[in-house]
Amino acid sequence: MSGATAASGRRPRSLAGPLWKRAVLPTYVLIVLAITLVPIIVMIVYSLNEAPNGRLSFSWQGFTTEWYRHLFEIPDLTDALVTSLEIAALSTVIAVAIGTPAALALARYRFRGRATGDLVILADIAAPSVVVGASLLGLFVYLGVSRGFGTILIAHVAFNVAFVVIVLQARLRDIDPSLSEAARDLGSSPIQAFWLITIPVIYPAILSAALLAAALSIDDFIITSFVAGQTLTFPLWVYGSVKVGIPPQVFAMGTLIFAAGALIAVAGLFSARRSARQTA
Amino acid sequence: MGQSGEREPESPTGQSVRPDLLRGLTQPRFSRRRFVRGAAGLLAAGSLGGAISACGIAGTRDTGWKDGFDWDAWWSEQSKQGTFDFANWPLYIDRTKDGSPTINAFSEKYGITVNYRPVIQDNATFFAQISPVLQAGQSTGYDMVVISNGWQLTQMIKNHWLIPLDHSRMPNFKRYAATSVRDPNYDPGNTYTVAWQSGITGIAYDTNNIDREINSVKDLWDPAFAGKVGMMADDTELGSVGMLALGIDPKTSTPADWERAADLLRKQRDAGIVRQYYDQSYIKALQQGDTWISMAWSGDVFLSQQSGNKNLKFVVPDEGVMFWQDNCMIPLHAAHPVDAMMWIDYFYRPEVQAPIADWVWYISPVPDAKPIIAGKLDDPTVADSPYVFPTPEIQRKFVAYYDPKGVEDQLKWTSIFDPIIQS
Amino acid sequence: MSTKLRTALVPYLLSLPAALWLGIFFVLPILTILGVSLMTGNSIDGWTLTWNFSIFGDAISTYATQFGRSFLYGGISTAVALLTMYPVAYWIAFHGGRFKSVLLFLLLLPFFVSFVIRILAWQFILADDGIILGALKDVGLIPEDTHVLSTPFAVVAGLTYDALPFMLLPLYVALQRIDRTQVEGAADLYASASARFRTIILPLSAPGVYAGIVLVAITNIGDYLSASILGGPSTTMIGNIIQTQYVNNADYPIASALALILMVALMAAMAVYARIFGTRTLQEHVT
Repeated sequence: MSGATAASGRRPRSLAGPLWKRAVLPTYVLIVLAITLVPIIVMIVYSLNEAPNGRLSFSWQGFTTEWYRHLFEIPDLTDALVTSLEIAALSTVIAVAIGTPAALALARYRFRGRATGDLVILADIAAPSVVVGASLLGLFVYLGVSRGFGTILIAHVAFNVAFVVIVLQARLRDIDPSLSEAARDLGSSPIQAFWLITIPVIYPAILSAALLAAALSIDDFIITSFVAGQTLTFPLWVYGSVKVGIPPQVFAMGTLIFAAGALIAVAGLFSARRSARQTA
Repeated sequence: MGQSGEREPESPTGQSVRPDLLRGLTQPRFSRRRFVRGAAGLLAAGSLGGAISACGIAGTRDTGWKDGFDWDAWWSEQSKQGTFDFANWPLYIDRTKDGSPTINAFSEKYGITVNYRPVIQDNATFFAQISPVLQAGQSTGYDMVVISNGWQLTQMIKNHWLIPLDHSRMPNFKRYAATSVRDPNYDPGNTYTVAWQSGITGIAYDTNNIDREINSVKDLWDPAFAGKVGMMADDTELGSVGMLALGIDPKTSTPADWERAADLLRKQRDAGIVRQYYDQSYIKALQQGDTWISMAWSGDVFLSQQSGNKNLKFVVPDEGVMFWQDNCMIPLHAAHPVDAMMWIDYFYRPEVQAPIADWVWYISPVPDAKPIIAGKLDDPTVADSPYVFPTPEIQRKFVAYYDPKGVEDQLKWTSIFDPIIQS
Repeated sequence: MSTKLRTALVPYLLSLPAALWLGIFFVLPILTILGVSLMTGNSIDGWTLTWNFSIFGDAISTYATQFGRSFLYGGISTAVALLTMYPVAYWIAFHGGRFKSVLLFLLLLPFFVSFVIRILAWQFILADDGIILGALKDVGLIPEDTHVLSTPFAVVAGLTYDALPFMLLPLYVALQRIDRTQVEGAADLYASASARFRTIILPLSAPGVYAGIVLVAITNIGDYLSASILGGPSTTMIGNIIQTQYVNNADYPIASALALILMVALMAAMAVYARIFGTRTLQEHVT
């Protein structure tokens, strides 16, 4: 996603300005970042709160790391989390597997039905979750398909595919196709050209599409709530437990997920600096 | 972007981003051919959709057991299997880090493996999940489920989706069950259900913010509390409290009564008295001070008081208090019905009931558990609580909900009360 | 098989799995609800196709308020999200330097945490006597009976908050694709910073703006969670109605009709917007 044409670092005089003016935007960005982090901070703080009766309390009762030590104490919650992770992983893999060739077809080839394909992809992204969820449920009810892990997976792949196709199509369009054409002229088959030339170039896009798909899948609530049957995913379980009081483990899990993501960001920062230094 | 007359340069990537608006509005967008193809496509799609649905969607009529089925004979052929699949609401049974002591004890005593699944969060959602299964004549995978009295339970009964209980296998119910849970209006003679726990819907208020005595349902309409009143989003609860405020008995009410109650509720909302229509989160609103007075369930308030909110007080209004039950029942096609019956009989023993009541803090269906909680479990807070073991005075104020006669009846009710909540 | 035929078949084969999956699990259900909306019946007797087109009229007239409200809340939250995130996307794309990806990731990171958790946290933060309001009230800046929860403001705030990453990403992608040499060339020609922004950066970022608006508006207009958790008596959105009708009342025809109307309205709005701003194909400008 980092643009190849960015002339970073070199800033002509006319784009700079007095210090206070230059500070406005970065300060604003920091403020926005802080606001997006506020609920996360609340989550972290109250995951360390004592909770009598095992239900999360928003009044401070005392510091404890108990919930991290007994993270998997509630079997249904753990099951729900595991289910969410499994579905995220599976639906991402399937979506990438069937979305990448579709993106290739839509970006590189002209064929009948391309416009329809584009429209369907667009509609898939655009369709409101309530509509998608309700209509899928309707289909499953009508066909007598029992709702559970399978139907959730089906639904998640259905919306993930569209995001994968969109991201990859954009990237493929940006790439110069003459590279693959040159490879073909030099004798490689289309498949070879694809694997050896195209895939490595779009690999980062595939990764970001996969990441997006996984995030959407883990957090999906509305569509999943319609097609889950009696299976529970993490968001469904948490939402259901709100009524009786959520266990603090939920906040602890959320904190850990956040921490994992932050670590990945830091790792990415270091590897970016290293590779920048290496290529310099 | 109204810079008419100026031509923007095209970007190197060839995107034309600044249209001449006039030209844009008058240029033909669709050639006739494209239009015809598009219309044909839509028509085909619509016909396909229509064709698919032409068969319609089946209803639940006649998908349960047939009239005249000999249940006595059927029960005499059943025997214990050694497994028991039990779906319940969360936090509705005693629980320690090693699971539920009651379940473990039952398991050990009878050699039955219990699969306890606290998956029921909401009657409507749960019913929406199991009804297609039952409609297809298949097993839900549960031998026992717990559903509150209401339209979903009534449908289970009317659709013949419940196995009538074998009363000969549950003598402890006959011996120990409280009068208030016997022979409910929605299930005469306890043919299909027995109470798991019960509760009452009264009023809770914050003594920190409200000085005066609260003892009437009409206090929920007091303009002095404008913007600080919590009402329930459940249309059954809401409609019932509206009728109580008018002195109508919900059990025998008519649609005309419902309209009157709806008018009263609408006035309450339009006057800005209602802060919000809450699901079970009303208690959090009370605790946080978002509301000062709210419709409330006895157990929630009791729990709140024990968790540090001593300022919250629960009131049984003069007009009456709605008495509801969460009921155990055996769904059709259950694989281990005898094991389920054994659980019911076990559950109604006072010494078994005591630790559950001591944990759950809703109304226990077994009054004889009270001395055990006071004595052996040494918990006078629970034993003396009128909200776990209601006094006769409180029991006199119990009011039953309206039981819908059929689907049109229910639809009439929701069409009258839903618009108040979902305006 | 001739090479020509094989080449011609390639795109079809490539897109076949995805086409099948979406055909069966997306297109077909949408078509089915068209049929269901035209049925009459109830849960006991079942439903039969009666070509009941009047249901669309009934749906619109009964729920006109909720439809309007959904578009209003969705529109406002989209506009706020756009105005909030545009400067952020701009700054990261143009001045982010080495830290671009990291910054982007950091801004998106809070949204990896389940949004149910986030909404609960907001419920706590926005409580009447909570951290923010309580402090403001103690200092005397706002009257004692001010409350944010259970108001339309809270619902729109919740919608806006959840929309931020979906707005940020397309804006960022579009902005960082802008050729810097054009901007610098304008600078060389003595264009001021604001002129450079107005005439070059802003128009070139239009596809990103469009994509962001589409993504966010669609998600927000059809949402029901923000309204149900943060809302009050008169904040019901059309998503809530559809959900209730489907799950609680099992009134499939009206729920399907509402869902269809919502989707058609959204797609029509998108098409109108696209036409006004002169996009050649909708597709090009989502990416």
